[in-house]
Amino acid sequence: MHPHPVFDPIGAEKMIITIASGKGGTGKTTLSTNLATFLGKEAQLLDCDVEEPNAHLFLDIKWDEKQTVTAVIPEVDEEKCSHCGECGEICQFKAIAPLESTVLVFPELCHSCRGCFLVCPEDAIKEGSRELGVLETGHFNSTEFTHGRLRIGEAMAPPLIKKVKERIKPDKIAILDAPPGTSCPVVNTMMDSDYIVLVTEPTPFGLHDLKLAVGVTKKLGIPCGIVINRHGIGDNKVEQWAENQEIPVLLKIPFDRKVAEIYAEGKLLVEELPEWSGMMKDLITKIRKTVDR
Amino acid sequence: MKIAVSAQGKDLDANVDPRFGRAPYFIIIDPDTMEYEAVDNKQSLNMPQGAGVQAAMTVINQNAEVLLTGNCGPKAFRAFKAANVDVITGVKGTVKEAVEKFKRGEYKIASAPSVRSHWS
Repeated sequence: MHPHPVFDPIGAEKMIITIASGKGGTGKTTLSTNLATFLGKEAQLLDCDVEEPNAHLFLDIKWDEKQTVTAVIPEVDEEKCSHCGECGEICQFKAIAPLESTVLVFPELCHSCRGCFLVCPEDAIKEGSRELGVLETGHFNSTEFTHGRLRIGEAMAPPLIKKVKERIKPDKIAILDAPPGTSCPVVNTMMDSDYIVLVTEPTPFGLHDLKLAVGVTKKLGIPCGIVINRHGIGDNKVEQWAENQEIPVLLKIPFDRKVAEIYAEGKLLVEELPEWSGMMKDLITKIRKTVDR
Repeated sequence: MKIAVSAQGKDLDANVDPRFGRAPYFIIIDPDTMEYEAVDNKQSLNMPQGAGVQAAMTVINQNAEVLLTGNCGPKAFRAFKAANVDVITGVKGTVKEAVEKFKRGEYKIASAPSVRSHWS
């Protein structure tokens, strides 16, 4: 590995940038890992795709910490319970079912709202827990890294994503690698970002999902820009649409066999191809200009 | 004695609904007199999750001792077990036919849920 040029961050304010896509497999992790590596100690990389985290595969990470993350669920003290049924009434998810003889708890349905704790007149509900997954932190070169791994069988990703995001440091440029799609895990990753980069490919599939992802950023009121990966394949409809919508195309990554080979070997493009440092600098400069405006 | 049947309609000629949690109605019936009442399961139908648990609570609150249905998942099954309600799955035909069969003792009480959870 040769040393990276040190990025002189434009403006003193730090920011949170989410790399998202809509469509899967467009290059979110490629962009996230390369951008974070380029930014070096100024950056922090957080892989928020807790269902299938993969950024660490491209990075030589020295792990520092691992912790189990849990969610609060009700645990009923049957001795105190008067079987009034209030807990079952308030629960919108039927995670707690008061019967005449006993109270059943279904941990996997619980959203940890604590409504049952509040309404119980007998103070019979205590804090129990359900394991959501693990949170792991480490560093590569001088860049801090955090990701979450959802427990197999766990259906709710957002609480673990929130835990990953609690590790965001105000003195870093935080790069958040989002899951694909436009559902709750993606929305939870995007929330509170200063800027969202949407990686797409110039195909009808890329455009279809890009439109959905842009819709989410609009609802959240967060500025976004587009990175077109594998530029040169497909058609120019993504660019046309972006122009009509007045969404900036921040970067076009050419469809290049060399890029695919480096990726397939698990290596970083900024370390193998000199032009990538310039591309990353150009990208962060454009983002910075929008965020600071 | 009262038994509950998951049903697609509100009377005895309605078909048994193969789904327990998302059945539109439960026919609560006394098999000796054949007197019955249709209970709306609308509350469960509108739920994004937990329909089985909600439907089980509805049936349990009707003081039914037996449930006749097509399929029953693990969460509802657990609730019925805790409330000492016998569950009979694999039931087909009209509500009336199902109750007649039950009276002739042609059904076997289920010892386990017949389908897996939708959630995990």
